[in-house]
Amino acid sequence: MTGTLKHKGSLEVKFLDYTLRIGGEAGQGLQTIGGALAKIFSRKGYYVFTHQDYMSRVRGGHNFYQIRFSDRKVSASRDMVDILLALDLNTIEIHKESVRNDGFILYDSETIKKKFERPEFIDVPFKKIALDVGKSSIMANTVATGAVLGLLDLGLENLNEILKSTFKKKGEEVIGKNLACAEAGYNYSLSNCPRCEGVEIMEPEEKKLMLIDGVQAIGLGALMSGCKFYSAYPMTPSTGILNYLASKAEEHGLVVEQAEDEISAVNMAIGASFTGVRAMTGSSGGGFALMVEGLSLAGMTETPLVIAEIQRPGPATGLPTRTEQADLLFILYAGHGEFPKVIFEPGTPKQAFYLTNRAFELAEKYQIPVFIQSDQYLGDSEWTFENFDFEHLIYNDYRLRKKDLEGVEEYKRYKYSDTGISLLAVPGEAGKHLVVADSDEHDEEGHIIEDDETRIKMVRKRLLKKLPLIKKEIEAPLLYGDPSPEIVLVGHGSTYGVIKEVVDILSRDRKIAMMHFSQVYPLPERDRSDYIELLEKAKLTISIENNATGQFSKLVRAETGFDFTHQILKYDGRPFSIENLKEEVDAYL
Amino acid sequence: MPTSEDYKGQVPAWCPGCGNFQILSAVKQALVELGIEPWEVLAVSGIGQSGKLPHYMKCHTFNGLHGRTLPVATAAKLANHSLHVIAVAGDGDCYGEGGNHFLHAIRRNPNITLIVHDNQIYGLTKGQASPTTAKGTRTKVQPSGVPAEPMNPLALAISQDCSFVARGFAGDPEYLKELMKAAITHKGFSLLDILQPCVTFNKVNTFKWYRERVYKLEAEYDPYDRMKAFERVLEWGEKIPNGIFYKKDKDTLEEMFPTIREEPLVRQKFSIEDVKSEIEKFY
Ligand SMILES: Cc1ncc(C[n+]2csc(CCOP(=O)(O)OP(=O)(O)O)c2C)c(N)n1
Ligand code: SF4
Repeated sequence: MTGTLKHKGSLEVKFLDYTLRIGGEAGQGLQTIGGALAKIFSRKGYYVFTHQDYMSRVRGGHNFYQIRFSDRKVSASRDMVDILLALDLNTIEIHKESVRNDGFILYDSETIKKKFERPEFIDVPFKKIALDVGKSSIMANTVATGAVLGLLDLGLENLNEILKSTFKKKGEEVIGKNLACAEAGYNYSLSNCPRCEGVEIMEPEEKKLMLIDGVQAIGLGALMSGCKFYSAYPMTPSTGILNYLASKAEEHGLVVEQAEDEISAVNMAIGASFTGVRAMTGSSGGGFALMVEGLSLAGMTETPLVIAEIQRPGPATGLPTRTEQADLLFILYAGHGEFPKVIFEPGTPKQAFYLTNRAFELAEKYQIPVFIQSDQYLGDSEWTFENFDFEHLIYNDYRLRKKDLEGVEEYKRYKYSDTGISLLAVPGEAGKHLVVADSDEHDEEGHIIEDDETRIKMVRKRLLKKLPLIKKEIEAPLLYGDPSPEIVLVGHGSTYGVIKEVVDILSRDRKIAMMHFSQVYPLPERDRSDYIELLEKAKLTISIENNATGQFSKLVRAETGFDFTHQILKYDGRPFSIENLKEEVDAYL
Repeated sequence: MPTSEDYKGQVPAWCPGCGNFQILSAVKQALVELGIEPWEVLAVSGIGQSGKLPHYMKCHTFNGLHGRTLPVATAAKLANHSLHVIAVAGDGDCYGEGGNHFLHAIRRNPNITLIVHDNQIYGLTKGQASPTTAKGTRTKVQPSGVPAEPMNPLALAISQDCSFVARGFAGDPEYLKELMKAAITHKGFSLLDILQPCVTFNKVNTFKWYRERVYKLEAEYDPYDRMKAFERVLEWGEKIPNGIFYKKDKDTLEEMFPTIREEPLVRQKFSIEDVKSEIEKFY
């Protein structure tokens, strides 16, 4: 359906595309307000995209939470906002220029000790209402959330549902007070907004959408792939995976262990995997740097391992809460010695979900480490989806137990084979068969050797035989837009959404397409879909990356010899917005 | 019942006369006497001369990285607590490279046995100082003498309330075997630090040097008395006590995870059907 958004004195917009930014200090409850509103919009059937910008501090500073909602699919953020909910004065100062001419700034003049008289400012006494109605200033955020909904006249039903479940444990009285505060905030902004007259937000079709962010999607993907062991050391922005899996551990029989450091985390995951359970670890750049020796251990011992690496800008501690795609080549070259690995870089939470599942499948099938590489931007961004279809998940158990090994006379962990893959037995569950793994070069049985002949055979088995088979499993990049484009915008990982929207805008009068890689290493083979040929035919090929050196371009050049005609690189620690990417692309058109 | 023959592995590549041989035979003998079969044992080791031990016996083996024995062993126990997990380490491996893991393994208290081949030297890398080398000892890397104090791993373990703390001597394999049996059957994290002469690189702490000093804790010694344990474990010099210094009964790591109380993790079946409702929670 097409919704209409009409503001008094403004033109009718063909479809609804609304952006709400909530700004304030860390500790002011931005996540609670933003999270609740995003959920409300998605439950009402709007497509939602949220992204977060926060500083590395627990209190103070300046943070914001941005929600874009629409009756069409949205996959990136805009710079201009329709509603700014300002929880402090700083937010007004930083963001007032981003508010559209017909937009609103909701604030509480009493709390921020400043009154604005311009028409876009709507002063709602969040704190006073909370005190009057809820008898506590704690509920000011509930008032504010209600006020946003009142401004849009979207009803209170969904907020009430959320308040009831949030405060279930606190009892009826607390729930009642929150409901009353929400309603008071709602009514206040509804009746005190002269500009709102004539604003009409069309309701979308009655459908519920799921709302999920990148790290939750990785966690869910792991859970639904039979991951039973997760060990990690907390590091933003990967901690969400640890939190999610820990919250599911008891119900679904997982062991989640907070390791003493990342070295331990990766070795634990390897220990659990060797012993027969699907295991995963996760971190961000600096933590992953500590895991590198363990990565080679997984490579040498042929132990299946899934590693989530959720990037933030480095080097060293870098910008701990911001985003960048600057670890690709580090991961590609991580590990001493030569062994096969696979790197996936999802572009959406849905891809993150399925690729995590594929990661477990490939890790176990080929007995190799597989990466899910993402970044803060996608990790913290919530997207709406119609559904994650669990029926498309793969689950093959490649582990062998007693009955599977009945015909096997003498089990050898590293037995040579045509595919390079040896039988993967579960120690202690494989009858009397013994499983011997070694980080030293070893013979078929797993025992230390030093002779050159065995070394050559093992390198062939572990690396050279498996590689061509692994390459066949990698899917071609996704082509979106014109099927024989003159302009191709090429991206990998988290830039998917913003490139797609820019292609949507530019394709009105250009032959333009996006080529997106979510399976970045090994690069897909050209036999199924010759993406290099397509690039060669285009006039303009622009590689878009969230880093300073064009790491993905380098990878493509090294592997295929192809050079992009242009690059757009962003390395300020922030994601691309639709406006700024379009402007950069326009410069080349 | 298993026999010594069942545990026979590859021919060791250690120097003739090395203390490691007695440790190897004590481990094997202890397992045989306890009636534990090779396929019920997982030996996890790091890198060093000690790290090779699992190759010289027969059992499930994970020979990993230098210093990283304990994280692998701990996770293996969590994945399948029906296995007897024995972590084999060197003094450099466990107290140097893996020092942090040592502290945290004590805190976690998995029901595994840690045997440390403590030769007060780095064997495999040819004679550098280890964390237990005496201050002032001259080596190629420390030509004017080791500048740091040696660590006392047993005192450290007791200070952290480790569940089982013992010391043995490779030159008394009979008693070593008994300590090994006690460590393996102990419920909780058991540390058995073994005085192991390195005949090639350690010219101070020789078999003879130890024989003149080592003695057993007396029969009436109460290992549950922590203050006494401190007192005895600090004894080092003219006299060096061996035996079980300290014991503390407590819950094991595995017992702390409700999900594996009933059945080892590795035996728990997975079905997508059981978790598919998790998708609903995102609506
Ligand atoms: C990360 C890493 N650093 C260094 C080494 C080299 N290395 C191998 S064994 C060893 C020390 C061995 O001493 P110890 O652990 O006491 O065992 P021993 O050989 O005396 O039994 C070192 C430093 C290594 N393998 N890995
Ligand atoms: S170097 Fe020392 S520890 Fe290593 S085998 Fe020789 S004697 Fe034993």
